[in-house]
Amino acid sequence: MTARASTVASRISATGTANALELRGLTRMFGALAALTDINLTVRPGERRAVLGSNGAGKTTLFNCITGDFPPTAGTIRLFGEDVTHFPPHERIRRGLRRTYQISLLFAGLSVRDNVYLACRGVSRYRFSLLRPRRDDALMASAEGLIEAVHLSDARETLVGDLSYGQQRQLEVALALAGAPRFVLFDEPAAGLSPTERRELVEILTNLPSHMGFIIIEHDMDVALRVAESVTMMHNGRIFKEGKPAEIESDAEVQALYLGGGHG
Amino acid sequence: MAVTDHGTGQGAEGRRAPAHGTWIESIPPAVWALGAVLLLMPALANDFVLYQIFGWTFILGMIGLSLMFLAGYGGMVSLVQMSVAGMAGYMVAIFGSSAIETISLGWPWYLSVPVAILIAVAFGTVAGALAVRTEGIYTIMITLAIASAFFYFTRQNYVIFNGFSGFNGVLPPQLFGVDWRQAVPFYYLTLFWAVLSYLAVLYVRRAPFGLALQGVRDNPRRMRALGFNVTAHRIAAYSLAAVIAAIAGILLTWQSAQISPGTAGVGPVIDILIIAVVGGLRHPIGPFIGALIYVVLSTFAIDILTGLGLAGERFRLLIGLGFLVIVFFSPDGVLGLWEKWRASGRRDPLTGEDRGEDRGGNREGGA
Repeated sequence: MTARASTVASRISATGTANALELRGLTRMFGALAALTDINLTVRPGERRAVLGSNGAGKTTLFNCITGDFPPTAGTIRLFGEDVTHFPPHERIRRGLRRTYQISLLFAGLSVRDNVYLACRGVSRYRFSLLRPRRDDALMASAEGLIEAVHLSDARETLVGDLSYGQQRQLEVALALAGAPRFVLFDEPAAGLSPTERRELVEILTNLPSHMGFIIIEHDMDVALRVAESVTMMHNGRIFKEGKPAEIESDAEVQALYLGGGHG
Repeated sequence: MAVTDHGTGQGAEGRRAPAHGTWIESIPPAVWALGAVLLLMPALANDFVLYQIFGWTFILGMIGLSLMFLAGYGGMVSLVQMSVAGMAGYMVAIFGSSAIETISLGWPWYLSVPVAILIAVAFGTVAGALAVRTEGIYTIMITLAIASAFFYFTRQNYVIFNGFSGFNGVLPPQLFGVDWRQAVPFYYLTLFWAVLSYLAVLYVRRAPFGLALQGVRDNPRRMRALGFNVTAHRIAAYSLAAVIAAIAGILLTWQSAQISPGTAGVGPVIDILIIAVVGGLRHPIGPFIGALIYVVLSTFAIDILTGLGLAGERFRLLIGLGFLVIVFFSPDGVLGLWEKWRASGRRDPLTGEDRGEDRGGNREGGA
């Protein structure tokens, strides 16, 4: 663990002043359809930003390009100053990037604990270890901590396929917070949650360590504007407006397009 | 393997709480009984049963286990495992000694066996590296293509593989003054390796590598998003499975004292798939159950058929019918039937609902 911590520390010191995320001219085509067109976006380290926009605005495509699930058609992606445009997803994750998925992508055949343990293992060494973790295993301990943080302690032995929808969403967040993330992409983490679960989620997000920046896609303005300090509005694959939550909320164009647009 | 496939049966292993107390206490009595029977078998059974039935069952079970490891935990149905076993058998014949003295190098066993395993594992790894970029039916196709290529290559190459006739007179070493081709020693030799590989798979299932492999099966995209190199993980699984198949291949060659292209022909390749599927892919005990059924059927089907006045060479018909019946009633093989039966015992006969006392806690699969 110390070796790992020092590599993170050296990376942070090497890239300390760089922006967490820098997108330049990012474009993604699906055939003739431009899902993203010339996206320029800069997120400072520790900054928390909400991305808003109606369905089909390109928000999830943006996430998929940043994590490397899809390669961009054009443009560059810099993560903490490093050009990761052509890196495979796992290399980006090992550099401190994390994400959650709009539709939970979990390991249905494994228990909650094993799911979180895998997430912790994925960003540390000995991923190929053939030896079972010992009882005092540090990663197992951090997995237990994460399970507690997302209020799943009672379900830690349950198969993920048997969890309720809300619990799966909570687990989705836990997986993204494993192993000292530096920058997280949350894709509609509150979708389908009950009001109580939403409050818990907002609490988890606002209590994240201050160096941990994130981008959150969220339709629920209560959640989005409470946890974010800046807002990016997307429309038809382009960035439409950027600003503080209050500015965005009161912006007439935004209201016409999105808030009052009868989406639902 | 869809994500949703793992609702019920996978629970046999997934839901089990980690054993507390010493590991010996966690072993169920049925396993003790089975272990005792297997150890004392030479006192109960004759040489034919020990050598032909059980020896062969353990060997085929191991090759089936290597497929089960890839298919059950990794979601990759590989038809190349029999070829890996065949490669190991060929290599032990080529580097060690056989009746074909012009080709065999005559190395001592402590060199020829490790080299044979290494080459077979390299072969399994390369085959895996070719196969892992495909999914589902295409994995089956590409591994079948590799298996066929191996079959035809060994049949046509006379310089190394001695073509159609292959190698005979491939004998195990006379280690510790024991003739390991005698029924009792061979029984214990195969039992030892079968149990060892079975326990190894059980152990690795809960180790980071095994957990990650199951993660790759359930959701490769998410595994990438957790920092795992999914391709490397899949290839490593092929290497690990190849170790088991390679050991089994050497034992298989020693059992019949020969290896020829037909050993790893398309027929045997399919037989391994049948063994693993009939037994069940959810638990490592499955392939051994499947292998026992296969061996018993293929050994005695001739007698049954001729007894019924039918042609004895139709024994594959009986195997095929058995396969159809089991798969028809349970897509999860014999293990699936067993779990269904257990579940129906737990269910309340009136309401059809789970009585609940056993749920989520200590369900034990097969062994």
